[in-house]
Amino acid sequence: MSTAPASAAAALPAARERRTRRPATLTVYRWELRKLVSQRRTYIGLGLAIFLPVLFVVVEVIRHESGHHGDNQFARELTQSGLAAPVLMLIFLSGFFLPLIAALVSGDIVANEDGHGTLKTILTRSTERSQVLGAKLLAAVTYAISSLLTATIVSTIAGVAAWGFHRIITFSNTVVSAPKALGLLFVADACYLIPLLALVCIGVMLSTVTRNSAAAVVGTIAVPIVLFIVSAIPGLESIHPYLITEQFEAWQGLLRTPTDWAPILHSLWVCALYAAPALVVAYLVFLRRDVAGG
Amino acid sequence: MSDPASDGEAPPVRARGLVKRYKEVLAVDHVDLNVNLGDVYGFLGPNGAGKTTTLRMALGLIMPSEGRVELFGRDPMRVGARALEGVAGFVEAPTFYPYLTGRKNLELLAALDGGGGRGRIEEVLEVVELAPRAQHRVRGYSHGMRQRLGIAAALLRRPRLMILDEPATGLDPAGMRDMRLLIRRLADEDITVLLSSHQLPEVQELCDRVAIVDRGRVVYEGALAELRRRGGSTYRLRTTDDPRAVELARAQAGIERVDSSAEHGVSFQAREHEVGALSLALGRAGVAILSLTPELATLEDLFFRLTEGEGSSGDGQGPGPGAGSPAGAGAGAGAGAGDGSSRPLQTVGEGPSS
Repeated sequence: MSTAPASAAAALPAARERRTRRPATLTVYRWELRKLVSQRRTYIGLGLAIFLPVLFVVVEVIRHESGHHGDNQFARELTQSGLAAPVLMLIFLSGFFLPLIAALVSGDIVANEDGHGTLKTILTRSTERSQVLGAKLLAAVTYAISSLLTATIVSTIAGVAAWGFHRIITFSNTVVSAPKALGLLFVADACYLIPLLALVCIGVMLSTVTRNSAAAVVGTIAVPIVLFIVSAIPGLESIHPYLITEQFEAWQGLLRTPTDWAPILHSLWVCALYAAPALVVAYLVFLRRDVAGG
Repeated sequence: MSDPASDGEAPPVRARGLVKRYKEVLAVDHVDLNVNLGDVYGFLGPNGAGKTTTLRMALGLIMPSEGRVELFGRDPMRVGARALEGVAGFVEAPTFYPYLTGRKNLELLAALDGGGGRGRIEEVLEVVELAPRAQHRVRGYSHGMRQRLGIAAALLRRPRLMILDEPATGLDPAGMRDMRLLIRRLADEDITVLLSSHQLPEVQELCDRVAIVDRGRVVYEGALAELRRRGGSTYRLRTTDDPRAVELARAQAGIERVDSSAEHGVSFQAREHEVGALSLALGRAGVAILSLTPELATLEDLFFRLTEGEGSSGDGQGPGPGAGSPAGAGAGAGAGAGDGSSRPLQTVGEGPSS
């Protein structure tokens, strides 16, 4: 800094014309995405979203070639159409792996800043706390959506490459043309996102409250695990419709004829009951918390 | 207190009755601060005295348990990030995203400032001499480089108030010198600087006003020159009759620690008006003064006296009553209630509030 005094004049305030502007939340969100893209751990989840569908298709190809057939409608249909692959992928990954991938970022996104001490850096700029939290939530949501779409696209491509682009048979044993089935896949993704995003909200809340990445990620993924266990306890059947884990299967209503919207609509309000309190807690804690670390 | 939207004439920092409790621990105890426009304001205290907690409250990072702090009349707890308009700096070590380059970190922070600083990134990188390393990830930066990046990030905001918490920490001697020059330059540019530092010579050189905190309380706030003046001085006296001068000095009220040696002549501690009285007494006694030299107490001396009770009451070094600022008044009274007897300078604030 030996030239500091000489060169500082240019960089120092041109005194009184320095009114700062508040950035748009969209700008903060874009930078949250850039941060995600710059971190290696981001690619662990995306890598899983690519690797698991490919592994699934490879294993199924081997199984079918050795004469094994699945006990599921779509498993039986797998060799008839590659479009059955993303459906099976969603059945298998929806309960644990996709929530795990979503938790990797949602549980980490606030706590990571605590760990690095960077929260104080961004909170002493012209950005409101609510903007920072909102941008982080949007980034975690974006990541969950990207992971799900990646898994769907990869499994579709792998399935079609292995078994072709043909019509599929629904859970109701009706036939759906290949183009329509492709469209239904993405609508099914949108329906599956309802409980997945509720879990993202819980992850962001835990990340805000615990200030510890590992605790928040583990806590987030523990939610569906614990609820799976709860759902297995005899005598608690009456609460099953209100467990987030039950909502992970609501999208299957789309692959029935006629389309069964009831579980999807049910999942909407049940998941809102999980997401809304989590968001309120995250917001209140984040707005009032002391940033003492770093 | 001022309107939340206040700006213009409001002081850069004004804290009143600021308290922070962590369960049983009182980290900040009714701190009052007054940082005026154009001040280079030293914020001093031992480790754990509550300096950083106070600065974090000023920046809106920590909620006060009681009291409030305003930046240019705006309370961060009431108006959020708007209170930081015209304010920049860092508390403790500046932190950045290790996986981003230095330049990307600055781009991010400029974006979070509304984008206005983006065009100045090259300039500020040049100022802190990080331009050659700007493309490297911060993960590989040394502590000193991060400090400099922290300064660069602060300069991006074109601040009117710069809050710097130990900015020279981790810098080599040349870096520390450059940091001092930069702070002086900031002051020349009419930027108010609130400097928390352990480098007492640096503070003595740079600051015109100081607050000294000890165990969460302000034990002095005001002009540095006033503190040094009130802290008392050691005088060295040479006369035509040193033994007689010693006798007269010892007989004079308010003159302490009178000593004599062939090498240094007579030395004693006193305040100015008592020295005047002694010189008259010497003249009346026919003892001619050959030289009378004051040696002002250093900030370091005063700091330790205030925070460690170095020197005891009655040593003649404590300033008179009625001194000190309003903040000092409250804090000093509090401190005095506890152990003021061993801390003559804590009585600085025991006089009536102004």
